[in-house]
Amino acid sequence: MSGLEVHLPVLQVLIPLLAAPLCFLIRKESLVRFFAIGVTFACFAIATHLLGQVLDGPVIVYEFGGWARPIGIEYRVDILNAFVLVVVSGMAAVVFSAGIGQARRSIPEGREYLFYAAALLCLTGLLGVTITGDVFNVFVFLEISSLSSYILIALGQSRRALMAAFSYLIMGTIGATFLLIGIGLMYQMTGTLNMVDMAERLKDVSDTRTILVALAFVVVGISTKLAVFPLHQWLPNAYSFAPPLVSAFLASTATKVAYYLLIRFCFGIFGIAFVFEQVGIDVVLLPLSIAAMFIGSIAAIYQTDFKRLLAYSSIAQIGYMTLGLSLATQAGVSAGLIHVFNHALMKGALFMVAACVAWRMGGTKIEAMKGLGQRMPWTMAAMVVAGLALVGVPGTVGFVSKWALVMAALEKGSLLIPFLIMASSMLALVYVWRLVEVVYFEAPDTEIEAKEAPLRLLIPTWILAGASIYFGIFSSFAVDVAKRAATQLFAAGS
Amino acid sequence: MTSLVSHLGSHWNYLAVIILMMIGLYIAISRGNLVKKVMGINVFQASVILFYVSMGKVAGGTAPILIEGEASIVYSNPLPHVLMLTAIVVGVASTALGLALVVRINEAYETVEEDEIVALDRAEDERESPEVVR
Repeated sequence: MSGLEVHLPVLQVLIPLLAAPLCFLIRKESLVRFFAIGVTFACFAIATHLLGQVLDGPVIVYEFGGWARPIGIEYRVDILNAFVLVVVSGMAAVVFSAGIGQARRSIPEGREYLFYAAALLCLTGLLGVTITGDVFNVFVFLEISSLSSYILIALGQSRRALMAAFSYLIMGTIGATFLLIGIGLMYQMTGTLNMVDMAERLKDVSDTRTILVALAFVVVGISTKLAVFPLHQWLPNAYSFAPPLVSAFLASTATKVAYYLLIRFCFGIFGIAFVFEQVGIDVVLLPLSIAAMFIGSIAAIYQTDFKRLLAYSSIAQIGYMTLGLSLATQAGVSAGLIHVFNHALMKGALFMVAACVAWRMGGTKIEAMKGLGQRMPWTMAAMVVAGLALVGVPGTVGFVSKWALVMAALEKGSLLIPFLIMASSMLALVYVWRLVEVVYFEAPDTEIEAKEAPLRLLIPTWILAGASIYFGIFSSFAVDVAKRAATQLFAAGS
Repeated sequence: MTSLVSHLGSHWNYLAVIILMMIGLYIAISRGNLVKKVMGINVFQASVILFYVSMGKVAGGTAPILIEGEASIVYSNPLPHVLMLTAIVVGVASTALGLALVVRINEAYETVEEDEIVALDRAEDERESPEVVR
């Protein structure tokens, strides 16, 4: 490996971290914008390179300052987190190039650079949580990303965004502190913070009550961040009142990283034997996932706001992911990971559509979207494509992940779960159809002056919508990587 | 019963942590005043800091400053203490951000009581779309 290549894991986090304060120095809006876009593309390039490396070779271990574990902190890149890094940095690149800071009326004139600084810090935190091999580092990066996402959400145009950000702050801080308590208890029993060492030493003490309590704190803490039903209360308000592109960014990255963390802790650190056979968290997690699938979808049907509808639909989709995890099989985890990738694409596309609508209409009330199919044909076509993907129509990414999930459930010998997956997909069809009906088949109440969204927004929207078809047809990339990630994870855990 | 009492007596630091933790969590959940909520979170975080700090104490251990040539000295574990420096920073940052949000909320709603804010939001909904509320 060449000189620079060795340092790629740390550059992955360091570049956006250093870029954030640089935004303060640059200040000039157009420059900051290009600078931030450049940074996200650099992150994406590094992440794809890392993924290529771990797919061909062994796990990459980066030791800080040359101190090996257990003394030093290390970054550890395997297929699982390289895959999540690619998803997060890729979505960041797309959403940033749509001009994440250029939301109408959200940001005071001349303050855009502050917004970009917060967004880059949020990206730093998300990438850091994913790449690190040290559990305390996870907490610190999680708080970096959370604190900056509270700022981003609070910048929404209505005053309700402030309240949404505040409740998210309360919930998020409690969740992160729970994680910290769990980490403390684990440290107490193992004397290490390194994930690999911890996994080894936990085997000897896994029958103690301390570790049982640690598992409870960790799982509840992460589930709060992941918005697992019934800990999802913060999510609908946060996503519906945040600036539209911020919702697109957070919906396709923040919950995905939390999901990765849950996988890492359950399978990589505590170990499958302890979490599922000895404690049996699937007994709790499986019903909650199914409840999320239905309650999220049913709530989405009754929403009067487009973004709020998407937020509730996210809760249902998170249910699919945790369902894959709670099957506790290799196929289940890889199905969950495939859905992480696919859901990022389609929900990203739908929130981008919401951003287009908000840009032209000033709001995203479904009532006001009547007849937009004629006014904004390209935007609405993207909505239909991504909406069909959400339902799981063959040929779209949604089908790929639901197929994988159904197969994983069948492998486990359950006929009920596949049936429930189908049933909740029907509910998704109801809310997507409701949108299509309003947009294409209802005449507008008053003459609206909306026209097609600017290309700056439209092109990223279609990149995501196009990707949700492309990866639906040529599904082998996501499926292969997710399968290999799950295989590696299970091989290391046993 | 006596074993429980002696158990608590030797683990009184954890007892203090749990009591503080519950006080903080209870304030954050039950109070409608947003400033009090932030303070509750603060107490909650402080309890975790206490937990880590007391965890690092080794019975009979001295401050972890290496004294050369004496192998028999027992030192306390400095690592949890150092971790808490970071956690304190995180706590200060989230408290500051929470209070800053409360200031903005107070400017926008002219109140910091959660139920009054909810009532204001609801009134706004009814003004905007009376047919939805029915």
